Amino acid sequence: MKYTFSGGYHPPDGKSFSEKMPIEKMPSPKIAAIHLHQGGRPSKAIVAVGDEVKVGQPLSEADGFMSVPVHASISGKVKAIAKITDAAGNKTDAVIIESDGKGEMYGGVGEKVDYSQLTADEIRNKIAAAGVVGMGGARFPTHVKLSPPAEKKINYIILNGVECEPYLTADDRLMQESPETIIEGLKLIMKVVNAENGIIGIEKNKPESIKIMKDKTASMQNIKVIDLEVKYPQGGEKQLIVASIGKEVPSGGLPMDVGVVVSNVGTANAVYEAVALNKPFYERIVSVTGESITNPKNLLAKIGTPTSELIEYCGGVKEDVYKVVNGGPMMGAAMYSMEAPVHKGTSGILCLSKENAAVYEEQPCISCGKCVSVCPLKLVPTEIQMNVQYKRFEQAEKLGILDCMLCGTCAYVCPAKRNLVHYFNIGKAKIAEMKRKK
Amino acid sequence: MDKMLIVSANPHIRDKSSIAKIMYIVIISLIPAIFASYWFFGFRAIFLILVAIVSSVITEAAIQKFRKKPVTVYDGSAILTGILLAFNVPANIPWWIVMLGSVFAIAIAKQAFGGLGYNIFNPALIGRAFMLASWPVEMTSNKFWTEPYTGKTMDAISSATPLNLVKTALKDGSTKETVEILAEKGVGYWELFIGNVSGCIGETSFMALLIGVIALIILGLVNWRVPFFYIGTVFIMTWLMGYDPVFHILAGGLALGAFYMATDMVTSPISNNGNIIFALGLGFLTVSIRVWGGYPEGVSYSILIMNCLVPLINKFTVPKKFGFVKPKKA
Ligand code: SF4
Ligand code: SF4
Repeated sequence: MKYTFSGGYHPPDGKSFSEKMPIEKMPSPKIAAIHLHQGGRPSKAIVAVGDEVKVGQPLSEADGFMSVPVHASISGKVKAIAKITDAAGNKTDAVIIESDGKGEMYGGVGEKVDYSQLTADEIRNKIAAAGVVGMGGARFPTHVKLSPPAEKKINYIILNGVECEPYLTADDRLMQESPETIIEGLKLIMKVVNAENGIIGIEKNKPESIKIMKDKTASMQNIKVIDLEVKYPQGGEKQLIVASIGKEVPSGGLPMDVGVVVSNVGTANAVYEAVALNKPFYERIVSVTGESITNPKNLLAKIGTPTSELIEYCGGVKEDVYKVVNGGPMMGAAMYSMEAPVHKGTSGILCLSKENAAVYEEQPCISCGKCVSVCPLKLVPTEIQMNVQYKRFEQAEKLGILDCMLCGTCAYVCPAKRNLVHYFNIGKAKIAEMKRKK
Repeated sequence: MDKMLIVSANPHIRDKSSIAKIMYIVIISLIPAIFASYWFFGFRAIFLILVAIVSSVITEAAIQKFRKKPVTVYDGSAILTGILLAFNVPANIPWWIVMLGSVFAIAIAKQAFGGLGYNIFNPALIGRAFMLASWPVEMTSNKFWTEPYTGKTMDAISSATPLNLVKTALKDGSTKETVEILAEKGVGYWELFIGNVSGCIGETSFMALLIGVIALIILGLVNWRVPFFYIGTVFIMTWLMGYDPVFHILAGGLALGAFYMATDMVTSPISNNGNIIFALGLGFLTVSIRVWGGYPEGVSYSILIMNCLVPLINKFTVPKKFGFVKPKKA
């Protein structure tokens, strides 16, 4: 059986730069800037300037249910709490810690505990307290995802090991180097929402990961590994669900509407660490890659490390660097400042050359229909774009702009190089504004 | 790192395709047909094609210069329009008619609408309609049609096109089979297929056009649904009406129209379903004009008529989005 979805496109995947590089622990930075806003609503700082903090110590507390705390990723002194440019170019509050070079751990962090007797609620609370968010990039608080309303029965947990974004190899490496913790994390998630079945979806271009995950789960009746066709955006939640179990999440709905919760493999690993090792989310794997970085690597980097330090650690950029992207090339954010720190959703730092990341002049749409045939959500990107351009936002909404997940497949294939996603961003913002006013 | 980096919306990588690439590939795919036009109608055909290309390109550049817009003749679309327009004229037509036709096609059908991408009608076909209306004799009279040079004689002999022949014969009450009428002139299916018959310089060779369009379909530049459903409709309709369906497919401008004119991206619908409806409409109109209309040929008018309907077709063929839920009735 072929596991896939309709539409999509396979860009050259660029994984060869870093797919063979084992995960390497990057030394702690001298200064870490940890943004209080790391998924959901911004958290509230509970430390003050001058406080001594240790690795794993909470720096903030959640502001309500839809929020997660952040934790110190290095030990040292809180130097400031100030607005710092983040990866998306916005200035938001961050706790800035100056390292004392000792790397002292906060009480209990990293110590193995017996978690076999924990109840679902206890596990969920530990996940929330550890500040775990979706690691694929969207940074949705994991404990919220794992709190479906009582009437929604969850049958499947689908782990996303697709990593369909070109270049990125962080999940691939994690699956190969730490399959057990991912599987334990999956079991914990299944326990929290009382789901019977676990599925781990991996694209076929990661044969080693597929093999290891299959071997490790061979004895488990309720956990299945499926090898998905290689096509972007196979890792989109809705695409992954339809490919794995054949169900379409209704427009405007959530995976739980079809009895599914999707979680990234990295997130499952983070869940395991939070529950079994009392380790909050203060470091993550980042692929530093692309044709314009000297030595591509997969780094275990502390949240808050400036991007420039990661790049330096990888030998610096090459002459031809043109664009640096936080995340994948299809959905990541182009970076304004190299000082922007690694955040919980930073799956990669891409250094792209002009040849690959060229910015083109827009030409008129020639109605070739390519964007329509690749849109995984079966929208008509060109029409939506025109409606936004001519400020017919209601019409754009009718055509489904709110369904659009900004995956960029349409803009990727467009021969007229239309900046479709740029218009969708504008349209979505405008429509949200109009709704607020109503 | 003190270098200025570029910031723009995602995606940060793009496919290497471009409008110019598409246009040049389509032009290259026309090489067999250009060669066939030379083979059957001699150097005159190449001359007319060149006249059309040069006039189209100059017109486009001049208008863009005049309107102080970026000159985009390098994208190849004007060259393509020129070739396709020249394909639509008989070999003995005066060259200046082709020139004026090209100027009209680019100036009125393309630039007046706002240039590439904004035109509603296929420019080459508008050019043809303009020439037909202004110089009907030169465009249709038997004097300007020529027998192909190859075959029976090396002289250019004026001769009626196969469609014309059959239509006239049927009108005169002939009870003969189409094949027999044609056989009297020494034309069989094979001649029609390879293009060794009289007609417009680029339309006669079904074979050469087919080679080109198959390449384009393989490269994903032509939606196969358009030629398939268009020709399929013509076949089934003529067959049901008791005509010779093979003849109707091979003769006249159907191949050129179905393969290259109706598949023009700008002037055809966007979605697959839209293209199927478009093609069915084309087939129906073409047969209707050929059978009931005054003209022996109906391809180009059918395409122009369906071009007008494209916005409407697009409107009614918006694909059902992923996870579509029927809106609840309030
Ligand atoms: S960005 Fe939106 S419109 Fe474009 S392909 Fe993705 S979902 Fe479809
Ligand atoms: S892919 Fe680009 S040129 Fe083609 S229809 Fe879509 S927007 Fe227009």
